[in-house]
Amino acid sequence: MSAPAKLPRWAELSLLPLINLGVALVLAGVIIKILGESPLAAFKLMVTGALGTQEGIGYTLYYATNFIFTGLAVAVAYHAGLFNIGAEGQAYVGGLGTGLVCLYFGTWPFWVVLPLAVLAGAIFGAAWAFIPAWLQARRGSHIVITTIMFNFIAAALMTYLLVNVLIKPGQQSPETREFSANAVMPAAHELFAKIGITVVATPLNLAFGFALMAAAGVWIFIWRTRWGFALRVAGANSAAAVYAGISPPRIIVGAMLISGALAGGLGLNELMGSQHRILMDFPSGAGFVGIAVALMGRNHPVGIVVAAVLFGALYQGGSQLSFDMPKINRDMVVVIQGLVILLCGAMENIFRAPLTALFMRLSRAKEND
Amino acid sequence: METYTLIVLLLAATIRVATPLLLAAMAGLFSERSGVIDLGLEGKMLGAAFAAAAVSATTGSVWLGLGAGILTAVALALVIGYACITHRGNQVVAGMAVTIMVVGLGPTLGLAWFNLGGQTPQLDGAGQRFTGVVWPWAETAREVPFPGVLYAELLSGQNLLVYFAAGLVPFSAWIFYRTRFGLRLRAVGENPQAVDTAGISVNGLRYQAVIISGVLCGFAGTYLSTAASSGFVRDMTAGKGYLALAALIFGKWKPWPTLGACLLFAFTDALATRLQGVALPVVGVVPVQFILALPYVLTVLLLAGFVGQAVAPKAIGQPYSKEK
Repeated sequence: MSAPAKLPRWAELSLLPLINLGVALVLAGVIIKILGESPLAAFKLMVTGALGTQEGIGYTLYYATNFIFTGLAVAVAYHAGLFNIGAEGQAYVGGLGTGLVCLYFGTWPFWVVLPLAVLAGAIFGAAWAFIPAWLQARRGSHIVITTIMFNFIAAALMTYLLVNVLIKPGQQSPETREFSANAVMPAAHELFAKIGITVVATPLNLAFGFALMAAAGVWIFIWRTRWGFALRVAGANSAAAVYAGISPPRIIVGAMLISGALAGGLGLNELMGSQHRILMDFPSGAGFVGIAVALMGRNHPVGIVVAAVLFGALYQGGSQLSFDMPKINRDMVVVIQGLVILLCGAMENIFRAPLTALFMRLSRAKEND
Repeated sequence: METYTLIVLLLAATIRVATPLLLAAMAGLFSERSGVIDLGLEGKMLGAAFAAAAVSATTGSVWLGLGAGILTAVALALVIGYACITHRGNQVVAGMAVTIMVVGLGPTLGLAWFNLGGQTPQLDGAGQRFTGVVWPWAETAREVPFPGVLYAELLSGQNLLVYFAAGLVPFSAWIFYRTRFGLRLRAVGENPQAVDTAGISVNGLRYQAVIISGVLCGFAGTYLSTAASSGFVRDMTAGKGYLALAALIFGKWKPWPTLGACLLFAFTDALATRLQGVALPVVGVVPVQFILALPYVLTVLLLAGFVGQAVAPKAIGQPYSKEK
């Protein structure tokens, strides 16, 4: 085989993910057909459910907020050559930090609570990522396995805390008391009302803005700072990084701390913005959606925001689908998610090779002209 | 006598929990020793659990269910194989993807076919489940104090899949360390170039290993839905695939130590159920969640080299290409 030919950048960033998504949707359509429903009608229902109404758009962006945070978390680790499967656990523990601030400092003014809550979420999430990171950096423990284990340990820890410690007294279900009004993230419809625009009430809230800021921050960090450069070098070739005076163990720990902190942002949207209390399993799989989002967004913040909105639309459209087509439930969305991860992540070479060959032939044809 | 009965009952519970764990861990053992990371254990088990329960419910035969379970798990294993071996994709991603896909696919198909909210119908007909095989004289033996209770509660009365799992450990050890296939399998996980140089197909061996993993996951999943319970419910593997992976690592990628790890993890699970709300001397009430998290904590400690050392197969996770 000659030196691997490269795809043009625009094709790498947009065409390839689109082909992968298209194939995933076709496969999902085949499954829907097998279930005895019309794939086209289902697809139409999903699109109108997700984007056809103000309510649909609000929910889509609300789901997308979670996925931006976890997608960025997976991507930052990925640039450092690490596969962080632990975003789920980091988001869970990070949310605990945010929730604790809201519970115990919730009576302070909102503009004091907010930075504290953001900080606590980031610190708790980063702390949960620190141990697997340190073990990878210093003891060589495989980070994929340790982060999986830490997801389960986080679940056990949170169950213990919610059942035995944080539970609202005199209540059966393991949830905390509700946050006070000062510790609630302003909803989008409230913010719009302030400037005189009336929109339908949805769980979409200010945390979406934080997610976009985080995406911008990640872009600056990865492509416009020394640290980010060091991180990419270490991720691409750790032996070369050592010659360049970069310490891979420090990069591993640093990248995972940022990754965990980003995952910790989920609590701002889910707890402060929507649930207004800490409850069991609130990340509900967003950490794993983050893997799909990062893979599809090619680990670029812009791609991640686009992919996150797409997955938000899938989730919202999926609930619409389960209302209107009794034979299909929301699990169909999880199937599509799995297919996207499979095609964008594990089978990307299947389409890359023929696509690259096609572009090579096109460019050669142009030279001959 | 009462304590003794209690211990035997605890051990019996351990065996029930350990069986699917052991089957899945052995599945992972074949795949990982050949150099293919097996994060799809959870998905393959879940898929098999669904297929086995669905087929057993519609045909009334648990053996057909087992066949369907195995076929499903092998099909999923081949998806992973196609992505990772043929197209040299990322093995971790492939395993995750298959697992997530199956988590959604089971309830989706279940809802469409049985209309029970994603479950399969209760398996209560004769021959729809794997039930206990009572050994001769078990009831009479129960009267005899010590060995009798052990015979009646532990050896007798388990279902066929439990005995299959128990027999699988020495059989796997024999394959790995006493056969040519086993030698080649271990070699391809450590140094695929050498195997290739010897004129043996690296990809062929890895495909065989991945298929064996699928077959064993088929047994594990079938056990969950047709022996341990009577039907498929959403997310019924509940992380057992990952626990099996932990056991495999804790067993240092070797058959007998993996059996030990499975029994240890299953014992902590059985103990956690027993100790729910019971005050122990000195420590008081131990929260169940801490006992349940113990296997994961132990595995992390082992991986960190704080308790012993687990060395993974050298070529694990690396797709093989001749050119390099």
